[in-house]
Amino acid sequence: MRELTIPITAEQILELHAGDAVAISGIATTGRDAAHKYLVDRLIEGSKPLSAEDQLVFDELKKIYRGGAIYHSGPILRNDAGRWSIVSSGPTTSIRDEIYEDKVIAAFGLRVVIGKGGMGPRTLAACKAHKAVYVHGMGGAGVTNARAMVEVLDVFKKEEFGLPEAFWKIRFHRFPGIVTMDAHGRSLHEELGKVFDEHLAKLLHDGSGV
Amino acid sequence: METMNMACDAGSRFSEPAFGKAIFDLVRRTACELPADVEAALKRAHDEEAPESTARMILATFLENMALAKEKQVPLCQDTGMPMFFIHHPPGFSHRAMRRVCEEAVARATREQYLRHNAVDPLTGVNSGNNVGKGFPAVFFEEWDDEAVEVALMLKGGGSENVGRQYSLPDDALKAGRDLEGVRRVVLDAVRRAEGKGCPPGILGICIGGDRGSGYLHSKHQLLRPLGDVNPDPALAALEERILREANTLGIGPLGLGGKTTLLGVKIGVLHRVPACYFVTVTYMCWEHRRREIRIESDGAYRFIG
Repeated sequence: MRELTIPITAEQILELHAGDAVAISGIATTGRDAAHKYLVDRLIEGSKPLSAEDQLVFDELKKIYRGGAIYHSGPILRNDAGRWSIVSSGPTTSIRDEIYEDKVIAAFGLRVVIGKGGMGPRTLAACKAHKAVYVHGMGGAGVTNARAMVEVLDVFKKEEFGLPEAFWKIRFHRFPGIVTMDAHGRSLHEELGKVFDEHLAKLLHDGSGV
Repeated sequence: METMNMACDAGSRFSEPAFGKAIFDLVRRTACELPADVEAALKRAHDEEAPESTARMILATFLENMALAKEKQVPLCQDTGMPMFFIHHPPGFSHRAMRRVCEEAVARATREQYLRHNAVDPLTGVNSGNNVGKGFPAVFFEEWDDEAVEVALMLKGGGSENVGRQYSLPDDALKAGRDLEGVRRVVLDAVRRAEGKGCPPGILGICIGGDRGSGYLHSKHQLLRPLGDVNPDPALAALEERILREANTLGIGPLGLGGKTTLLGVKIGVLHRVPACYFVTVTYMCWEHRRREIRIESDGAYRFIG
């Protein structure tokens, strides 16, 4: 198990290889479908001037993401007298953000993207170009993951996006995952996909009725 | 507050508060505890994967998550999905009243963090914040002769729902004709395409026939069957067994990161079709198959039966 503490350097990323188990600590945010659309369409590529609120969010996220991480997850949270905490928060399927993630990695200097199911060639190329990795989290394991999300520090865009889709700024402590796409251009998803294809072809070739 | 009897029969004591208490308990428990058959299947899968393998490590995390969620009574997964209620009731019940009780139960469960805010208006992007919206939750009714009401609930997350597929046979690319061999071919294709995205090891609910709408609904009905049951139709029983065995040779494994266990179960049902159509509909359920069933007697007493 390799320990990664945010901020993470390019050198640390280059030491990681597809298949490595990691534990991530430090401050990061959640961000999924609405968040990625907003990051790219409004903040990175937006043609209209940013509102004061959006400028504030942009500045905050720049600080958090430089050498940092984004976690594809829409959590369940509890609010006790104004104090938020994470109840359940497993990863969501990452591929939906494939059209955005390379731009987010490039613009913010992200080192780690955490999600599930893997991502495609655009994200893989961005990982290589900008020294980042994709970490596969424990899909469905909302409670063990929540245990590693020890403190909710802030939230952005909660009113507009709703609770699951907001950016929750969280202190992570030894959050578990497996590097499945590294900065050397290797993707376990791509490699395993070829194996699955071979196995399927064999089953369909052998098929001779039930 | 006025207490309303849900049943038209004056002698019935099925009141909304009693029914509501039962339904809330059903939602809470479904979100926090996996059924015994699913739990046992995951334990078996864990023991079958090679020691020190990624697959076994992942399954060990799943088992830990399951135990922790049950102990703390918190939702197993953050995606508590689309709540689907399947209600069997005696004659004379008000569907509107029962639907209202289901809506109130999920709204309360949302306030108490047993469910995530999950109902989003696709036009405005606004989350209703209480899991109540158009067609949300989904409630299905069927009348029967029993005096009790039985309610099954399934919480199905969006990740697995996204990888469901419907095939129209014949399918030239897959060389799938209008027979059970054709069904086998498209179902294996669906499992391959889902790879890790539906949170395997998964459970397949399959419908052969029907139309595009009824096919999906009937495929979900199949997911209410216990993992260990045997299809009463011998041909379908053989096909279920074969697809399960063959899918587990694909190597997809837990979360799609490789391993022996890709599926925990395959359940197939059949609907009549029109001559022009031959649909095979595959609904993919994630490893965290959250389904529960309660039986509510006419005095309001209830017990879990699944």
